[in-house]
Amino acid sequence: MSSLFGARVQRVEDDRLIRGRGAYLDDLGADALAAAFVRSPYAHARITGIDVSAALEVEGVAAIYTHADLPDRLGQPLPLLIPHPDLTHGRTPYPLAKEEVNHVGEAVAMVVAADRYLAEDAADLVDVSYAELPAVVGIEAAREAADLVHPDVPGNRAANSVQEHGDAAAVIAAAPRRLELDLHIERSASTPLEGRGVLARWDEHAGQLRLWTSTQTSTGVRAAVAARLGLALTDVDVITPDVGGGFGVKIVHPWPEEVLVPWAARLLGRPVKFTEDRREHFIASAHERAQLHHVTVGFDDDGRIRGLSVRFWHDNGAYVPYGLIVPIVTSTQLLGPYKPDAYRVEFDSLYTNTVLVTPYRGAGRPHGCFVMERTIDAIAAELGLDRTVVRERNFIQPGEMPYDQGLMFQDGRPLSYDSGDYPALLAKLKQLIGWDEFAARKQAAAAAGRRLGIGLACYVEGTGVGPYEGGHVLVETSGKVKVATGLTTQGQGHQTVLAQLVADELGVPLGDIEVVTGDTRRFGYAVGTFASRTAVMSGSAVTLAARKAREKALRVAANALEVSADDLVIEDGIVHVKGDPDAGMSLGTVAVLSNPLRYAFDEAAAAATQFAGGGDLTRPPVAEDDEPGIEGRAYFSPVRSTFASGMHAAIVATDPDTAEVTILRYCVVHDCGRLINPRIVEGQIHGGVAQGVAGALYERMAYDEYGQLQNASFMDFLMPYVSEVPRQIEIDHLETPSPLNPLGVKGAGEAGVIPGAAVLAAAIEDAEGIAITSMPISPSDLFELRRGAGA
Amino acid sequence: MTGEELHEVALTVNGTARTARVPARRLLSDCIRHDLGLTGTHVGCEHGVCGACTVLLDGAPVRSCLLLAVSADGCDITTVEGLAAGDGTLSPVQQAFAECHGLQCGFCTPGFLTTITAGLKANPEPDDEQAREMVGGNLCRCTGYQNIVASVHRAAELTRAAGLAPRPGAPA
Repeated sequence: MSSLFGARVQRVEDDRLIRGRGAYLDDLGADALAAAFVRSPYAHARITGIDVSAALEVEGVAAIYTHADLPDRLGQPLPLLIPHPDLTHGRTPYPLAKEEVNHVGEAVAMVVAADRYLAEDAADLVDVSYAELPAVVGIEAAREAADLVHPDVPGNRAANSVQEHGDAAAVIAAAPRRLELDLHIERSASTPLEGRGVLARWDEHAGQLRLWTSTQTSTGVRAAVAARLGLALTDVDVITPDVGGGFGVKIVHPWPEEVLVPWAARLLGRPVKFTEDRREHFIASAHERAQLHHVTVGFDDDGRIRGLSVRFWHDNGAYVPYGLIVPIVTSTQLLGPYKPDAYRVEFDSLYTNTVLVTPYRGAGRPHGCFVMERTIDAIAAELGLDRTVVRERNFIQPGEMPYDQGLMFQDGRPLSYDSGDYPALLAKLKQLIGWDEFAARKQAAAAAGRRLGIGLACYVEGTGVGPYEGGHVLVETSGKVKVATGLTTQGQGHQTVLAQLVADELGVPLGDIEVVTGDTRRFGYAVGTFASRTAVMSGSAVTLAARKAREKALRVAANALEVSADDLVIEDGIVHVKGDPDAGMSLGTVAVLSNPLRYAFDEAAAAATQFAGGGDLTRPPVAEDDEPGIEGRAYFSPVRSTFASGMHAAIVATDPDTAEVTILRYCVVHDCGRLINPRIVEGQIHGGVAQGVAGALYERMAYDEYGQLQNASFMDFLMPYVSEVPRQIEIDHLETPSPLNPLGVKGAGEAGVIPGAAVLAAAIEDAEGIAITSMPISPSDLFELRRGAGA
Repeated sequence: MTGEELHEVALTVNGTARTARVPARRLLSDCIRHDLGLTGTHVGCEHGVCGACTVLLDGAPVRSCLLLAVSADGCDITTVEGLAAGDGTLSPVQQAFAECHGLQCGFCTPGFLTTITAGLKANPEPDDEQAREMVGGNLCRCTGYQNIVASVHRAAELTRAAGLAPRPGAPA
């Protein structure tokens, strides 16, 4: 059987989804009560009173809860999931606001009613009185700290963090040339088409909770909910249904709703469901991206970077449940494929009275890439050198791998690149976009009154972050193979990719394999889906688990066929002697043989009963060191992350009159190690590029000075339609295997989004001859820049 | 607050006569999903922008989140569940999405499938500009639309191959 590794296999998940048979959160729980939330209309206020009496009169209302109703453990602030020594002033929200609200959208009361319409009717009648406090909005206001978000957090500063290798200040001072830049990225958000949602059923007789949630980590939610509700882990099951996109926002847990809904379900003895609406998703989930950066760089006349110092300010919103992951990723991934002699980075993570900030696809990397690539372009401009030449002169070379950047990465481990070939990537990119031919094209266009520009950007992405994932592979007596891994799926095609790997290992047809993700009943130990880690982590784990199952199957079959296991192969679900397809048995039969039974409940079982004959009567039916069944369980825990890389280039036209930016070409070269399924990798890149373009040209969270989000709808938040994304995304791959996992793979889920802002800023700058230092850039922004430049 | 007055709504949904008793304010999308139990139609924004809830109302694509169920009384509705043939054979549009990797998370997909089904009926042979225009009112956060546009072309091709819609001007 030919290998499925590397094949453009059609997705096995699609048949259900295109027939309308998907089961997303709100498709479940037809019998459940509906929860709706009363949310703060103010960015910053003290709660002076809550009157629920009128709301309780609404027909169909089952209960209304405020903070005062929450039992002790549930009334505490939600956990700070990822503590860090630099996070000296970590603050997290209460599930329902206690005395103060810190952003518009913060939950103040929960209404449970017969349906959502009635729940919202009642929510409208909950009368909350507020005493408004000054709102801190934007990084400048947070930094200035004239007003405080949390009275006990001086300077609005949640954290200050410094990393350095070498003496950057001294190296920069000694460098022949120096530049300083201020660079800014605004807020955007993951914005999956399906918002958050949670459904809970409490089984009073069993004393057990079953929870469905649209999450990126079912095991994380399970542990958090068990802890907050005072339940044993074994009494809580968390099941991830089909999830309508995540992109980071659904890794945060537990959301207030994820603890309140099961608590209410238990209290009321009825299933309860919460389905977030679009406005709620804008104001009550999480955003990302807003950072201000100040760069000082010292370099020589050849463009070689000697010292780099980056000071930046990160807007973490009202609370920091997910710790410092985003700014830490910016700090470390900013360096990309380059190797300055010395590097210093310092950031402040600042509170504002806005929605909290947690990772969104790319998670700090788009900002870091923007900062580094804008800096390199500035060096090239200063020296009059081609932008690709300056990059080449600063690349880490393939022979220098593994390359230790001398910093600590987001996983608390050394930032050490495992493999990569950056010069080869750049050569491919130049070829793909026609870099060397562009000058002539630009000139010809200019002669015809058109402004064209070209830009490129490079990135290195730490993927496959630990600590571990596991896999379980079980061969049923039907010959069907059941695979489970604990992390969750939001549309990435995990069922297909993991089935491809198991099919290759076990020698069974793809159609005989079923993969389950994110169901704690099937696999209890897992971390979650983030940091482009599924192929690396669960891919490796299910491969190792399938190997164990295969070993067992060969041993059992060898015994039955009285041959050596070394002489056996498994092809198309049949274990047989090499070169003799007739001397064999199906994997299903092997599974029957592996499990001595007492009861004959079907034909396969009858063949395995005590009286079916055979076997050595002097030995126990199951040997002391053996187990019944053909299954394998394995965990994969790499020593550190594996580093994917890539480079994008774009050609844009800027309209001389309207300042509209049109992307004429968008090229991607991408190295995520060995490709398991190129079709799926390309799909991930397409989606990432669309989000990159969105963050560069369209999407921003428009807060006013009072902390009101002015564009909290799809009408006003400019998420791209087909008309806003490049007509064609041209892709070329390079495959530099990772030495850190058995598959040689690296993550691919986030890559497409990372260089978007950097590459488009560079292309617009090239077209306009005006420095582009802040993204996203709208036609109005560009128009104003032109006026400012007198262009 | 007293109970709401309920109204009987009679619909033909995917060829089957259905009725529901709903308050006047019940959205058609909620009626289809929660009263009729056809959860393939998804709700992404509830303000008519994303197109995930698109169904065919008397053959025309409409946003079911912008219609009240009572206003659809007497109408013929096709949802994503009604696109495949009675024997389960996928429609050309569904087939094309599977072949072209036209979906990832699948949440927006039902709206694209219904929209394109109607679009190809109106224009069986769209050029690239027309294919993009056909899906220009629906949001997808996963695919970057590349494989959705490819799916439109492939669906047109499959429709022609199945003889469902002869090429205009082709010999009879």
